[in-house]
Amino acid sequence: MARMLNVALPKGRLGETVYGLFEAAGFPCPAVMEPGRKLIFENAEAGVRYFWVKPSDVAIYVERGAADIGVAGKDILLEYEPDVYELADLGVGVCRMAVAAKRDFYDDTRRALRVATKFPHIASRHYAARGRDIDVIRLGGSIELAPILGLSDVIVDIVETGKTLKENDLAVIEEIAPVSARLIANKSGFKFKTAEIERIARQLRKKETI
Amino acid sequence: MENKFAAADPQERVALALRELYAGYGYRPYRMSKFEEYDLYSRHKDFLVSDGVITFTDTNGKLMALKPDVTLSIIKNSADRPDLTEKLYYSENVYRVSKRAGTFREIPQTGLECFGDVDGYAVGEVLLLAAKSLAAVGGAFVLDVSHLGLLCSQIDRLTDKETVREELLRCAGEKNVHGVSAVCAREGLSPEKSAPLCELLALSGPPSDVLPALSALAKRTGTEAEAAELRAALAAFAESGFEKNVRVDFSVVSDRAYYNGIVFKGFVEGIPECVLSGGQYDNLMRRMGRRSRAIGFAVYPEPLGRIGESRCADADVMLIYEKGSDPAALRRAAEKLIGRGESVLVCPKENPKIRCRKKAVFRDGEVIFLGEDA
Repeated sequence: MARMLNVALPKGRLGETVYGLFEAAGFPCPAVMEPGRKLIFENAEAGVRYFWVKPSDVAIYVERGAADIGVAGKDILLEYEPDVYELADLGVGVCRMAVAAKRDFYDDTRRALRVATKFPHIASRHYAARGRDIDVIRLGGSIELAPILGLSDVIVDIVETGKTLKENDLAVIEEIAPVSARLIANKSGFKFKTAEIERIARQLRKKETI
Repeated sequence: MENKFAAADPQERVALALRELYAGYGYRPYRMSKFEEYDLYSRHKDFLVSDGVITFTDTNGKLMALKPDVTLSIIKNSADRPDLTEKLYYSENVYRVSKRAGTFREIPQTGLECFGDVDGYAVGEVLLLAAKSLAAVGGAFVLDVSHLGLLCSQIDRLTDKETVREELLRCAGEKNVHGVSAVCAREGLSPEKSAPLCELLALSGPPSDVLPALSALAKRTGTEAEAAELRAALAAFAESGFEKNVRVDFSVVSDRAYYNGIVFKGFVEGIPECVLSGGQYDNLMRRMGRRSRAIGFAVYPEPLGRIGESRCADADVMLIYEKGSDPAALRRAAEKLIGRGESVLVCPKENPKIRCRKKAVFRDGEVIFLGEDA
């Protein structure tokens, strides 16, 4: 009998969409969608055990082997660079990592660029590749406020529709990378549950191309 | 006692077993100082697993480092004799910044290096020793073997931009075929052109399954020499009993500035990270001005503490004696239990901080067990 696969799903709307993909791919566990405070759900017949975790923690659960596979946004993977396999682009949660600024932004290269972001690693890497000196301002949320209040010159953040930026008189000035949900796997776990993980990855890739 | 090392930690047991294994194959122990001149690491920073090095100024004004790596020191202190084969093993602590903790840690590392005249036999022997090292850890294991030269040939024929090559190598290490396709599309490469690389990354499994398909791919892409090297290296496992543990997997990647040829990583079931890593590092030898070839690997026993039975008691029996008991009789009673293979903590009063599986009292020259579980 196949061994149970531990799957870390990101809590929230993206997680629900992703669970739908797993269900459609033949790995259902209806209890997952039932309201309540339960965190772990198992379908022994399908050989899967799902658990909800904070989206930014999925990569940690997978990298450390608490989950064999999981679904994490490419933004998280770019920021934390976990040592995991990235087996499929699920084509959901599509957005982009971008640099945005006030519409009248002018880059004064005589001084360090002040960058407000939740993604300091991505921002530092992006500007280091351009040789631009930056002052990273790490924020936990409402990043768009920073340039409006003069806290920063630009922001590095994920942009989905651009509506929030537009409403705050901000605009994307540079795209860094496309972002979407990715199926990731623990490298060691993959070695010992290869068939099971590849079966899920194959099914999810099929769904993605339909 | 069945196992003379039963009291040792899993890491210590593995380190002892590995030293015995390597010595059995004629590898000589190599001991070194904890310190090394910092200059050695500053010149080969990319070779180090982590950037951080603990430095201090010695009494003679030289900037020294607590060694973050063993291989560089071994090469530096060895003679460059490409006509001879030198085989060494080590069991040392290194000092690195842990990627997870972000702080310096002392990390035990056991490994071997073979340099000088490294021929096909030597490469095969090192691979076999890597498999035997993983077997010594215990439990199920997998040794992934790749050929970095073969993978890099497929990457290099796509582009001459270093940053794109690095990006593609990173994707290969992540089994990220969609990432390879995206990078190639961005660089204006047709899917036909990137297909061989994607095909190579999809080749993963036992050598008997992968090698025939690899031969066909190598023929089409002019990488027959590298494929032949990989095939020859894997032949070391014939009749070794490890055939089912070895897999060809091109997601095993290393820094191409230092490594070339055969590279490999070992995984043990129940441990989430790789516990063994190695390969041929002729490029590092050239960078250090050496003509010799080299291959080696390191085993990281630290994560092994997480497998097997975790200790849930300090001793098997807590033997509590009454004040005034005959010490000689008490000692005899304790020795009797120890002789039966039990660990015994003798104390005059129960210590609530200490956990033992069974509790017994020594009364009137007799050992009276109070229950199955303490």
